Amino acid sequence: METENSNRNILDARKSSIVVKDGCSGMGGGISCDSNSVSGSVSQRACVYCGARVVLNPITDAWHIVHGPIGCSSYTWDIRGSLTSGEDIYRNSFSTDLQETDIIFGGIRKLEAAVDELMEKEDNVKLIFIYATCIVGVIGDDVEALCKMKSEQYHIPVIPVKSPGFSGNKSTGYRMACDAIMNVLLPHKSEEKRTAINILGDFNLAGEMWIIKNYFREIGIDVISGFTGDTCYEDMIEAPKAALNIVQCAGSSTYLANRMEEEFGIPFIKVSFFGIEDTTNSLIRTAEALQNELARKKAVEFCRRKADELENFLGRYRKNLEGKKAAIYVGGGFKAISLIRQFQAMGMETVVVGTQTGKKEDYEVIESLVKSDTVILDDANPAELETFMKEKGADILVGGVKERPLAYKLGIAFCDHNHERKFPLAGFEGVVNFTMEINKSINSPVWGYIS
Amino acid sequence: MLELTPKEIMENRHMTINPCKTCEPVGAMFCALGAEKCMPHSHGSQGCCSYHRTVLSRHFKEPAIASSSSFTEGASVFGGRSNITTAVKNVFDIYKPDIMAIHTTCLSETIGDDVGSYIMDMEVPEGKTVLYASTPSYEGSHIQGFSNMMIGFMRYMTKKTGTPNGKVAIFPGWVNPGDDRELKKIAGLMGAEYIYFPDHEGILDHPMDGKSEYFHENAGTKAKDIAALGDCEKLISMGIYCSLEPSEYLKKEHKVPFSNIPVPVGVKLTDQYILELQKLTKKEVPKELEDERGRLVDLMLDSHQYVYKKKAAIYGDPDIVYGFTALCLELGMSPKYIITGTPKAHWEKEIKELMDQYGVDESEYVVKADTDLFYLHQLIKNESVDLLLGSSYGKQIAKAEDIPLVRMGFPVLDRYGNPIQATVGYAGAIRYTEKIVDAMMDRQDRDAADEDFDVVM
Repeated sequence: METENSNRNILDARKSSIVVKDGCSGMGGGISCDSNSVSGSVSQRACVYCGARVVLNPITDAWHIVHGPIGCSSYTWDIRGSLTSGEDIYRNSFSTDLQETDIIFGGIRKLEAAVDELMEKEDNVKLIFIYATCIVGVIGDDVEALCKMKSEQYHIPVIPVKSPGFSGNKSTGYRMACDAIMNVLLPHKSEEKRTAINILGDFNLAGEMWIIKNYFREIGIDVISGFTGDTCYEDMIEAPKAALNIVQCAGSSTYLANRMEEEFGIPFIKVSFFGIEDTTNSLIRTAEALQNELARKKAVEFCRRKADELENFLGRYRKNLEGKKAAIYVGGGFKAISLIRQFQAMGMETVVVGTQTGKKEDYEVIESLVKSDTVILDDANPAELETFMKEKGADILVGGVKERPLAYKLGIAFCDHNHERKFPLAGFEGVVNFTMEINKSINSPVWGYIS
Repeated sequence: MLELTPKEIMENRHMTINPCKTCEPVGAMFCALGAEKCMPHSHGSQGCCSYHRTVLSRHFKEPAIASSSSFTEGASVFGGRSNITTAVKNVFDIYKPDIMAIHTTCLSETIGDDVGSYIMDMEVPEGKTVLYASTPSYEGSHIQGFSNMMIGFMRYMTKKTGTPNGKVAIFPGWVNPGDDRELKKIAGLMGAEYIYFPDHEGILDHPMDGKSEYFHENAGTKAKDIAALGDCEKLISMGIYCSLEPSEYLKKEHKVPFSNIPVPVGVKLTDQYILELQKLTKKEVPKELEDERGRLVDLMLDSHQYVYKKKAAIYGDPDIVYGFTALCLELGMSPKYIITGTPKAHWEKEIKELMDQYGVDESEYVVKADTDLFYLHQLIKNESVDLLLGSSYGKQIAKAEDIPLVRMGFPVLDRYGNPIQATVGYAGAIRYTEKIVDAMMDRQDRDAADEDFDVVM
């Protein structure tokens, strides 16, 4: 619907991406999402390459070679805060660093030389991803053909990641990454099945994958592989044996879950490990999906114990936080939903909520959770975030790196729920950390000095 | 950490590993943020703009506003003319800047977009300026992008009226807002009337005032001042790689003579900046500056025994690394490895000349342009150093090899407060002398046996 105040700096072309719950003109066709950004707007959105890179980057023993000029590689060097329990090859930055002559004569020979050099110098290379960035197709480099040739020559998967920035948005990149993962998995299709799961869409930020794996160990469910947090080649290729996939970051990994269902017959459920309610439900639903009654009982018991342990803690913090207003701006719709619930548990109200890649069904759930007058945005830009945070009197913004300075400039507290989070925010441990983070930003004395 | 780095140096690699540079467009974006009410615009895929804003934001801890043409499949086939036309309209409608500074990307360059002619054909609102610079990511580095955007501004905005304005133009090169403040302070103390460009003070270190504005009042080089560069009496420009080409442009087009000096890090290079100003203003160096210099020298003298002959690896952008090599030499340290990722071979010669001035033999150090931090790490694995001086990206090496790191240059992603303070001038040298001496003494304390551990040092 249209915003009430014509003075707001909102582009006409953006109006269908903003809704106010229970606004006067009603929802009409609903929010417009998953479309491309408008030329000339200060979008917070990244590109196809970025989407592909963030999904694949946490694979610890893969060689991530970025084929293109240096920028794409340098901006994504060690960005995710994904932890490893094994190799740390992924924490380096590899680029063919294309120069003008390569642009004129083609860069494929340089790429080939780079792969050959790597294979010659390094023992035990298990997996190579080659990211084709914006200009690779334009200058005529056939990365796919080269990857095929090198895979055959060296008997290891050399996987092309088709990620020219212009070929869609970040969501397209997620799909390209999922296709690349499928190319690693397909040769390992297996008749053998285990009563075990894969965890999709967790990137082991601050060790969150480890927390979730511990819960499953606690309730007696085996985890084969994580995608892609703290995973490695050997774990990945076992994944087709799983009986169930659970999908945490739905935006990035639902497509992978669908493809694994098609190819390997693995069903999936969507889960979220943010907040007590969602963590509990997710563990129970996983046990139920596996028809493992013992695990279900254990999950119920385990989660009740954990929730009890947290009761005092939350009670202590609730008085600090009750009645405060939160704005949420995150990547995926599912995360936004979990955050709204967590704020409710703290006694806080969500007044603005936006996502970069939320789907229509996510927005429907969001609407069902928030109070009337809450502003819901798709692919918000700083102008819109600012306008609505001020109008709604938000006390804290939960977002990513680009939103932090914006919030601070407005004198609004901030919590990073993206690559720069330093404490795990998943599971019951995450509830503690998240509450403390919100508390320490919202109640810092610094806000009192702003004139 | 970084366990795969082998000791044997690999010559003529085909891959860049752990780069010590990034691409041209981010330099152009940074440069454009230093003009008043200017919207930098990235003509390419939206990821480019997003990445550049992120890295600037992470370094300065400030919002970095820029817009993007948001290329799609169609634009990459048919060209980006309609994207840029829409973008120009939208940017002026919504964000209302005075200037829109467009830079290209690898994509728009490769598909052959002629942004210059697109601009000529489009309707630009009255009193507004649209300008552009070509910044193909497959050439040079972010430093070249900065330099190209300087020229872009002058090509579109600078005029020569024929009436000299008696001012000195100052091009600081790629420095932090804290440096802008310091360089302007010195120019003011020397009695110079100046036009300073670009100027990030008040933009990328904006004081907390509870307001979030796209463009701040009275911050950044004013459009009329960029126009008036052509009437300046003289130009003092800093750093060969950021500022020499723009200086040559201003001389060629508008006959403004220039002195290109190194970025003034340390005693001598700051002296040189002051002397250049003095040549114009003929003013005596005021007591304030003399005292500041005196305090710096006093600090260096008090602490010299803790840094003498300590080996340093200095890496980063060519101009700032040159300045820090000079500071290390003044402190009596031994610059051991001097590295830049920017592909300019001549830089190695300049560093050699600097080392010659201090009588350091070529066998005692390695200088290399157009290389990466993987190479630096390999050098360190062969012979370690006492100190790393450079961007945050050296912290992996610092951890792997247990070497203290003093952060300088761009980007510093993992510490606060750096960009708002000076690196240049006597004040900057006092700050960095303290940082370097602290790093050496902290290390000495950490490694000291109980019986050698002293309260008084």
